[in-house]
Amino acid sequence: MSEVTVQGGQEVVGVARIEGPILVVEGAANVSYDEVVEIQDSRGQLRRGRVLEVGEGFAVVQVFAGSTGLSIDGTRVRFLGSTLHIPVAEEMLGRIFDGLGNPIDGGPEPLTDHYADVNGQPINPTARIYPRDYIQTGISTIDGVNTLLRGQKLPLFSGAGMPHDQLAAQIVRQATLGKVAGAPQTEGEEFAIVFAAMGVKNDVADYFRRSFTESGALTRVAMFLNLADDPPVERIVTPRAALTLAEYLAYERDMHVLVVLTDMTNYGEALRQISNVRGEVPSRKGYPGYLYSDLASMYERTGRIRTSKGSITQIPILTMPNDDITHPMPDLTGYITEGQIVLGRELNFAGVYPPVAVLPSLSRLMKDGIGKNRTREDHPRWGAQLYAAYAKTQDVRALASVIGEEELSDVDQKYLKFGRAFEREFVNQSFTENRTIERTLEIGWKLLSMLPRKELTRVTLDEIAQYYKGDDAAN
Amino acid sequence: MSDQVGTITWISGPVVRARGSRLVGMLELVEVGADRLVGEVIGLKGDQMTVQVYEETSGMQTGAPIYGTGLPLSVELGPGLIQSIYDGVQRPLPLIEQAMGSFIHRGARFDSISREKRWKYTPKVKVGDEVKGGAILGVAMETDTFEHRVMLNPDDSGTITWVAPAGDYTVADPIAKLKMGKDEKTVTMLQRWPVRRARPFINRRGANIPLITGQRILDTFFPVAKGGAAGIPGPFGSGKTVTQHSIAKWADAEIIVYIGCGERGNEMTEVLQEFPHLIDPRTGRPLMERTVLIANTSNMPVAAREASIYTGITIAEYYRDMGYHVALMADSTSRWAEALREVSGRLEEMPAEEGYPAYLAGRLAEFYERAGYVNNLNGTQGSVSIVGAVSPPGGDFSEPVTQHTKRFIRCFWALDKSLASARHFPAINWLDSYSEYLEDVAGWWLEKTGKDWLTMRNRAMELLSEESRLSQIVKLVGPDALPYTERMVLETTRLIREGLLQQNATETVDAYSSVEKQIRMLELVLYFHERGMAIVKRGAPINLIHDLPVVDTIIRAKSTVTNEELHKFDDIQKQIDDQMGQLDAEYRS
Ligand SMILES: Nc1ncnc2c1ncn2[C@@H]1O[C@H](COP(=O)(O)OP(=O)(O)OP(=O)(O)O)[C@@H](O)[C@H]1O
Ligand SMILES: [Mg+2]
Repeated sequence: MSEVTVQGGQEVVGVARIEGPILVVEGAANVSYDEVVEIQDSRGQLRRGRVLEVGEGFAVVQVFAGSTGLSIDGTRVRFLGSTLHIPVAEEMLGRIFDGLGNPIDGGPEPLTDHYADVNGQPINPTARIYPRDYIQTGISTIDGVNTLLRGQKLPLFSGAGMPHDQLAAQIVRQATLGKVAGAPQTEGEEFAIVFAAMGVKNDVADYFRRSFTESGALTRVAMFLNLADDPPVERIVTPRAALTLAEYLAYERDMHVLVVLTDMTNYGEALRQISNVRGEVPSRKGYPGYLYSDLASMYERTGRIRTSKGSITQIPILTMPNDDITHPMPDLTGYITEGQIVLGRELNFAGVYPPVAVLPSLSRLMKDGIGKNRTREDHPRWGAQLYAAYAKTQDVRALASVIGEEELSDVDQKYLKFGRAFEREFVNQSFTENRTIERTLEIGWKLLSMLPRKELTRVTLDEIAQYYKGDDAAN
Repeated sequence: MSDQVGTITWISGPVVRARGSRLVGMLELVEVGADRLVGEVIGLKGDQMTVQVYEETSGMQTGAPIYGTGLPLSVELGPGLIQSIYDGVQRPLPLIEQAMGSFIHRGARFDSISREKRWKYTPKVKVGDEVKGGAILGVAMETDTFEHRVMLNPDDSGTITWVAPAGDYTVADPIAKLKMGKDEKTVTMLQRWPVRRARPFINRRGANIPLITGQRILDTFFPVAKGGAAGIPGPFGSGKTVTQHSIAKWADAEIIVYIGCGERGNEMTEVLQEFPHLIDPRTGRPLMERTVLIANTSNMPVAAREASIYTGITIAEYYRDMGYHVALMADSTSRWAEALREVSGRLEEMPAEEGYPAYLAGRLAEFYERAGYVNNLNGTQGSVSIVGAVSPPGGDFSEPVTQHTKRFIRCFWALDKSLASARHFPAINWLDSYSEYLEDVAGWWLEKTGKDWLTMRNRAMELLSEESRLSQIVKLVGPDALPYTERMVLETTRLIREGLLQQNATETVDAYSSVEKQIRMLELVLYFHERGMAIVKRGAPINLIHDLPVVDTIIRAKSTVTNEELHKFDDIQKQIDDQMGQLDAEYRS
């Protein structure tokens, strides 16, 4: 192994060990933790990597493109002296990049002298603005009972074969700044969209591209693609590169940015792979103990800050292995994000679109973006009431499956009817249907009116007087 | 003060190894690398030291220096803590923002307590007084109403030789001089204390006063005593943070220390924006004027997250030492345990369960042991109550952090995913939760309300567990199979669940229930039960009870009757009497 110093950083020829995507390089002095390296194979091809650990005279390097084709003696490693940076510019909207941020649409490198560290920096909690403005997505299960706010991180928890891509595309297409119920729908401010794909199939990326094209959004979208056949380690960088651009657009160009990350489960697998190769002590299911902090370092890059008008809203998509919500990826994601939209297998079988399983879904910021002067005064209690009634429906269904529907009490029969109608009329809507908040509230009240008045203990008596249209409305 | 004590030989995330002096102390504070990042020595072996670094280490190089400070990791204590928001190692976040902008960069160095701000100080000792550690030397007004008792460092004692006259002083100004043996020492309002060392006290007192939180399921059903420790475990989205925020808002403590340990930035922002506008029902002052915030969010450096718990508890003990009741919230202790695990993993220590180091249980014990209601060195009494959130992976309580925590707390508030899904909040499961303080605080309730709270509370719990047994049967055969007396139990428990246990933290009236309101509601529901049962036993069909208009009124009372209009409960009781009286009369004949 010999060391040559060339312009732009020291270079080491030959590596000591190669293990999966990890190289151990000896004989380099003054290597910085987390710095970027450029690796040249024996045929002169370049790839990039990053320093994961440094010791006296050695460095452990992770190669983004993997180590296939690298040899012990024929590999040259050049240490570039800084952490990974990508160019950021407004012109990057409308463009397509690979998982490391290099253009792959045949266009030129973005023309800018603004480079930003892909790791970002933590937002100071004192600098944040607490999110309060709701985004109208036109989807009842979101706007009505799991309202999304600007500056919120709200993942979609899904499973293989479920229409999470359609739902995400619909959200992106329909999202506008929410209005008070009944206010005239004017053209809202448009969102810039940053889309990152990690390990998804080409047709998924294609689906989104077509969807953006059809809705005329393509010029407002930057896509970062690491597809299924792209190097897995690169996936570690992809969401970070995307968020780095999003931060620039939101906090330096005052834009409202919607970030879609799909599929975070593939990201997690890449992280696990590297951790395993390094022989780290695993916590659950082979995932590293720092998975929570690692995910947080991306999800927390959402929000609003006081020095800018812009915002970052994140919609990460996760397919839950075996539909298991306690799997470490959805579990730790749920512990970081501000709620979750869960898609349900049974609803999907029943042909309900979007198959949002309302009970396990939650938007934690909802309470701060709805109600009087935001949507409508009854909204919070109306939502709680729908939840409570639908939860009760589940108990009644369980009972009906034991004693038979005929044996149910009158009230329970009404709950059964309510439950069916809730799924058919409230949850279910077409891929192109864009409901106003007023319409969503109206459907909800219509359904609640199927229940006896006495069952509605979450809404106020005044609200019942105003909106309840059930048989016993008079009492 | 800071000489080079070593040279970095290895870096992996927040953990750095170095070679150098054998005189560096275990847990000594050091400055790491060219940027002099803050770190702490966590291992020593020959001339090798292991350091955990409280800031991001990207870009750090081997061969870089490490400087010693000779001091352990400490916090600054003095007037000015209240209303502050710090990171895990007590750096003031507002000053970091002023200097660096919206994002936290490395190398921020600021005094934790302002050296410029002046405090109105009045001495309470005179020349010639013999003073021992912890003695109250004087008082400074930390807010318009909060009296900060300036104490002698617990390790010092001696004879007062000089006292500053009453006036406005900064924490750097001398306020007294002390003869300690041959030396004379100048005392200021500022002291430092190593975070990993519990502040001393004389002894523990019995914990028999409840910490009143205004949350019915806590105060009425599973109370924690002042000086006690409670754990609140639950899966994501079940209500740990909302419950802790509610306690921080309404608990009858004089000081609140809230530690956001590895959690969301927005949640801290929410507290920062909300607390200055919320009024403490006891003092009439903004809640912020009794609050100290520690925010080391999930994306901030993990080693500082580990330290944040100690920073918080030390500040809490300091106010306890003045003779105050302090409540400390830690959200979430699991993230703290994970920080331990991460650092331990980088050190390649032998893991015990689920990758956690073997010393996890010991560290948890040390933390919860720092709760207590004590006799202070200066003769006052004060308490630190701890409420620790636990975030078990997959919501499974059998995991190590929940299990070990259970050994060191006496109050367990078990959050339940299915209650949360049904939007039954607080989603604290009444059958899985427990409090070991029930008997201890029963006397307080009797004295305060003149009512036999414990008997009533136990009666309600009895009904709830009866309900759980009955609902098993209902699930199999439907409710119609039950005799009316058992269905009467279900009518009452519905009132208990929806009227008492459910409490909406976002509704103005419901968010806080006074003790008097709580006991009145409990009484009313049990009264409803007694009367109903008597009627049903005479053969009245249960639906007649179910359909009584007063049922709805009772369920709504939590948000229709404010803490100031408790007489309205008399009206409701009268409605019960009227409506039940009619039925009673019908079925008596
Ligand atoms: N007492 C309550 N009143 C009204 N809503 C509540 C209450 N408790 C919880 N909630 C609802 O539940 C949501 C989740 O609660 P919270 O954020 O406290 O969960 P958590 O247990 O802290 O989750 P995580 O572990 O992910 O931080 C809240 O956003 C709120 O909508
Ligand atoms: Mg929480």
